Amino acid sequence: MKTFGGPVLFLDRSDINTDEIIPAKYLNEVTKEALGPHLLEDLKLPGFEPKAPSLGNCRVVATRANFGCGSSREHAPWALEVNGITVVIAESFARIFRQNMFNCGMMAIELPADDINGLFSACDPASTMCDVDFHEETLIFSWGKGKSKSVRFALNPFDAALVEAGGWVEFADARY
Amino acid sequence: MGKTITQKIFDTHVKDEPFPGTKVLSIDVVLCHEITTPIAIADLMARGKDRVFDASKIKAVIDHVTPPKDSKSATQAKMLRDWATRNNIVDFFDIGYNGVCHALFPEKGFIRPGYTVIMGDSHTCTHGAFGAFAAGVGTTDLEVGILKGVCAFRPPQTIRIDVAGKLAAGVFAKDVILEVIRTLTVNGATDRVIEFHGQVIDAMTMDERMTLCNMAVEAGATSGLCMPDAETVDYLWPFVCGQYKNDRAEALADFRKWHSDPDAVYDKRIAIDVTALEPVATVGYKPDQVKKLRELFDVRIDQVYIGSCTNGRLSDLRIAASIVKGTRLAKGVRGIVSPATPKIFEEAMLEGIIKTFMDAGYCVTNPTCGACLGMSNGVLAEGEVCASTTNRNFFGRMGKGGMVHLMSPASAAASGIAGKLADPREYL
Repeated sequence: MKTFGGPVLFLDRSDINTDEIIPAKYLNEVTKEALGPHLLEDLKLPGFEPKAPSLGNCRVVATRANFGCGSSREHAPWALEVNGITVVIAESFARIFRQNMFNCGMMAIELPADDINGLFSACDPASTMCDVDFHEETLIFSWGKGKSKSVRFALNPFDAALVEAGGWVEFADARY
Repeated sequence: MGKTITQKIFDTHVKDEPFPGTKVLSIDVVLCHEITTPIAIADLMARGKDRVFDASKIKAVIDHVTPPKDSKSATQAKMLRDWATRNNIVDFFDIGYNGVCHALFPEKGFIRPGYTVIMGDSHTCTHGAFGAFAAGVGTTDLEVGILKGVCAFRPPQTIRIDVAGKLAAGVFAKDVILEVIRTLTVNGATDRVIEFHGQVIDAMTMDERMTLCNMAVEAGATSGLCMPDAETVDYLWPFVCGQYKNDRAEALADFRKWHSDPDAVYDKRIAIDVTALEPVATVGYKPDQVKKLRELFDVRIDQVYIGSCTNGRLSDLRIAASIVKGTRLAKGVRGIVSPATPKIFEEAMLEGIIKTFMDAGYCVTNPTCGACLGMSNGVLAEGEVCASTTNRNFFGRMGKGGMVHLMSPASAAASGIAGKLADPREYL
C-alpha cells in the first residue's frame, strides 16, 4: 500500500481538467518521471504558481467539483504521483480520473460539498497538513497553532481493495 | 421491470462482482493507440507478462501524432508497432493505413451492437452510436484489458434524451450535442450513460450518431448510446452480411434485441425539441459554455480546423466543402482539414472535396488527431483563436494560450470565409 498524507495543496476551483493537470504536449513521454516538472503547468487559477518550490512538498490536493474532467490520460494521476501526491480530496471527480487514481493504488476521496466548503473556509492554505487514516476512513486536517479538524470519508469497497492491493493490475492478476 | 441497453450488455458480459456495486465485464474489443498504450506495454514487459488475452480482439492504431513529429513520438509509435508484431495483432494500422481511432475502427466494422469496448481514450464513447457499451479508460484499465480481457465498472444509471422536431437548414448533429451538453453541464452525466432517442436520432446517419455520442463524455458520461436500427445494419452490412446469410431482416431483428425495453427505468429523462435550435459554438474553456453563433459578433479567428473524431468524416467534409466551394479563406486566416481516415481522404479526393479545400487556401493534412489536442499539425500560438470542429475547448487544448471555439463543420467553414465566427445559414 502507498503512503498517504502530508502538506495540502488547495486548488479553489471546479472543473480542473486533465489538460490543466498535465498538458497534452507532454503525452509523448514514455516514462512517468518525465511528467514530473509539468504538473499543473497550465492550471487557470489566479495566483497559482506551478513552479513554486512549496508545491514540491505537497502530498495531498484538496479541490472542488468535477476534478480531472476531460481526457482519459492516466498521465494526470502519474504526474501527481511522481510529485509525491497520492491523495486528491474533492466534492466530485470525473469517472475516468477517479478510476485511474484507484487503479494506481492512490485515493480520490469524495466529500460532501459542506465538508469541502468547511475546509476551504477554515484551513490556512499555507500551513495545512492532512493525516489520512485509511482503516478508520478519517482525514485529520491541522494548521496554524494547534488548529485541527477531522472529517470522515467513505470509499466504496472495490476502491478500498484496490488501494490495499496497490492497484488494479495487482488485484486483477491475482483474481482473473 | 424492463432493462436499458446498458443493463442488457452488463448482464450478458458480467464475469465477476468482486464487491457489491462493482461489475467486472468481459470485453469484446480492446482498442489501442500510441499515446496511452506504450506505458501499459512497458509495465507488462517489466512484470514479465508481455502477452495479450486474445490477439483477434485487440485493435491498434498510430493516430495521435503521425507521422511522428519528433524522436519521442517516434519511440511511442515504435513501441506500439513492435508490441503489435510480437503479439500477432493483425489489426494494427500503421502509417499509410492509419486514421483517427474513433473514425477508423467503426469504418473497419470492428464495433457491433451489444459489444463491450474499452480504449485508453476518453472519446471511446463514440462507439456507443452502434448500440455498444463503449467506455474510455486509463492506461491501467487498458493494461488489464490487454492482459485479461476484463474491465471493472460501477453499473451506470442512464439518462434518456428524447430528441424531437426537425433540424433546420444549417443546424447539425454537432449543434444538437452542444445543446445537450449546455443543458446537462460538464458533469451532469458523470457515472451515467446517455441514451439518445427520438425521431431526430432515428433520421440520423451513423456519422451523425457518432458525432453525437463522441461528445457524451464532455457532459461526464461514461458512454453515449443510440439504439441499433436499419441504419446501423446498412453501415455494418459489408461486415455482417455473411453472418446473417444475406438476410437484412434477420440482422435487424438480432440488433434490435439490444434496444432498451419500453418499461426500462431511467435516472432522468430529458425531452428536447430541436426545431428552433440554431447553429451554436462554445465561448469559454468548458464545453457547456454554448452560445448562438448569430449572437457572437466580431470574434476574429486565426485558424479554422476541420477534422477529428467528432467531425472529420466524409459527410462532415462534404458539408464544409459545399460552403467553402468557390470562396477563399479570409485574409489572415489559415485553414486546416484533416480527413479522419485514408478511406475518407480517398473518397474526398474522388469527389473533388480535397481540391475544393485547396482552392480555397486550406492545408489538407494526413489523417491524424494532432491539432485537436495541440500535439501536432495545427497547434495554436499564444492568443490565437480557432474555429474548430473538435470536441474540447479547454484552456491550452490546441496550444498554450489559444482559444478554441467548438462548432459544426458548416459553422467552421463559414467562419473561415468571414474571418470571424459566423452563422453558416448566411453561407448555405
